[in-house]
Amino acid sequence: MSKQENSMMEWIDKRFPMTATWRAHLSEYYAPKNFNFWYYFGSLAMLVLVNQLITGIFLTMSYKPDASLAFASVEYIMRDVNFGWLIRYMHSTGASMFFVVVYLHMFRGMMYGSYRKPRELLWLIGMAIFFVLMSLAFTGYILPWGQMSYWGAQVIVSMFGAIPFIGETLSNWILGDFMLSDAALNRFFAYHVVTLPLLIIVLVFVHIIALHEVGSNNPDGIEIKANKDPKTGIPVDGIPFHPYYSVKDIFGVVAFLIVFCGIIFFVPEMGGYFLEYNNFIPANTLQTPDHIAPVWYFTPYYSMLRAVTVNFLWIDAKLWGVILMAAAVIIFCFLPWLDRSPVKSIRYKGPIFKFALTLFVISFLVLGWLGTKAPTPLYTLLAQIFTVIYFAFFILMPWYSKIDKTKPEPKRVTK
Amino acid sequence: MADSSGEMNSRRRFLVLATSVAGTIAGVAVATPFVLSMMPSERAKAAGAPVEVDISKLEPGMLLMVEWRGKVVWVLKRTQEMLENLKKIENQLADPSSEKKQQPAYAQNATRSIKPEILVVEGVCTHLGCSPVFRKDIAPADLGADWLGGFFCPCHGSKFDLAGRVYKSVPAPTNLIVPPHTYLSENQLLIGSESKESV
Repeated sequence: MSKQENSMMEWIDKRFPMTATWRAHLSEYYAPKNFNFWYYFGSLAMLVLVNQLITGIFLTMSYKPDASLAFASVEYIMRDVNFGWLIRYMHSTGASMFFVVVYLHMFRGMMYGSYRKPRELLWLIGMAIFFVLMSLAFTGYILPWGQMSYWGAQVIVSMFGAIPFIGETLSNWILGDFMLSDAALNRFFAYHVVTLPLLIIVLVFVHIIALHEVGSNNPDGIEIKANKDPKTGIPVDGIPFHPYYSVKDIFGVVAFLIVFCGIIFFVPEMGGYFLEYNNFIPANTLQTPDHIAPVWYFTPYYSMLRAVTVNFLWIDAKLWGVILMAAAVIIFCFLPWLDRSPVKSIRYKGPIFKFALTLFVISFLVLGWLGTKAPTPLYTLLAQIFTVIYFAFFILMPWYSKIDKTKPEPKRVTK
Repeated sequence: MADSSGEMNSRRRFLVLATSVAGTIAGVAVATPFVLSMMPSERAKAAGAPVEVDISKLEPGMLLMVEWRGKVVWVLKRTQEMLENLKKIENQLADPSSEKKQQPAYAQNATRSIKPEILVVEGVCTHLGCSPVFRKDIAPADLGADWLGGFFCPCHGSKFDLAGRVYKSVPAPTNLIVPPHTYLSENQLLIGSESKESV
């Protein structure tokens, strides 16, 4: 640094902890040296968030949150606005890719036990981000006011109507009307562009602060802070985030952008999975499309919703479906306390955990696939079986993680 | 806390508590108008006027869709065969005698209607609000050999018969809702009101 820059930094540092922040979070934030492929998805999630925020701002410049104008304004963006198609496809592809990277990010945490002590709160903040992300996806999907927007919203809002006693008042309050109409579209727009983006930005910030407090986990699931250089106090298995991981993440970004651009330019609808065909038809309040399914990232939960067909205890099947669906998402929050294994990482966990996790991933994928299909008796039965497996993974975890035969953890991180 | 002598401590605790309670009350009071602003507006409440429908051109077996309060209401003129079929499937239904209050008293009968052949129901699935599809075909491949016509919800597979009664073991918990309705004359149906003067 030249003398001038030096005095400039000094001037700032006396008024704002610029250098100290840079050091604490980047150049002197020590991350384990054994990060692998799975550690790209956190930074990629941030990249997609930025993509959504920027493209979103430009979309609001041409979109009209009015039931009679919304659909046409989206077509206007696609056809008449300069590069409107590109900005919208970036946004719609970004929505799906957000879930791709977040699901992989969560799976990484499950594999390497990143939710375990001392990272329980970090995991919970992450779950809060996931809930906000789902709300963002839902409110955003309503905005084009196509057939899937309308009927998808109808289904989700009706779920609140299933809550006993307060259900009807609650759904009227959510909709601002006695049915899904312009009032709801208008307020979902407010949530989608103001409330929820602000929330997710704050939560991501808090997530990173919490991460940098406890330090990153790693594929071996051992604490690098337990083994510090006695002279410097720096973990011997740690390397500074910048430049080591900033450069690694840039490589990940490039690889990701190749895939991302490929989708935007060649398959933006992804065969009806990213943008559903029925949503190219304006909302018709009198007719449900012959086949409705949510966008792919919600289909595992949607399968569970409709898997319940029997009344049980004093609660009817409809409410059970809603309860099960909510429980399927919330249950992730309990992972830090369900896992009783003496080791964190899958590398040192025993065969039962590996089997259970594999089965869980299979059930998640099968439920996701079933959710895109029209219901038949066979599919409903399959959905019921895999719903049981999905929940068994969590509920039986305190038992099987304890009796599982684990391997001893190493003292230092391995390759 | 600089001063930690006993008297100051209890006084401070009281003041903190009193301020917290007052602050909470003020917070709830301020939140109230915002929360209530999200309830249906006066304009939304006023929009629920009854709808008059002419059913003179409705042929037997034909379904008419009418919009009332933003919801679809079906008016179905059932054939004699359809009415006879209603009895045959009663053992497959969850609530065949319409015991749950999903209809006004005048529609709590075998055909769930005022006139036996004319069915008036909201075309809104009682599961999660999709609009079921009218499937009058007998024993189609996808719905099974014992299907005698009815309504099938494409969203989650709920099934209803031609009186809007729900089948057993489907996600929908109750029969379709029969809205308040009345006949102003032989062929003039009024949906949304039971009194003949209100138009």
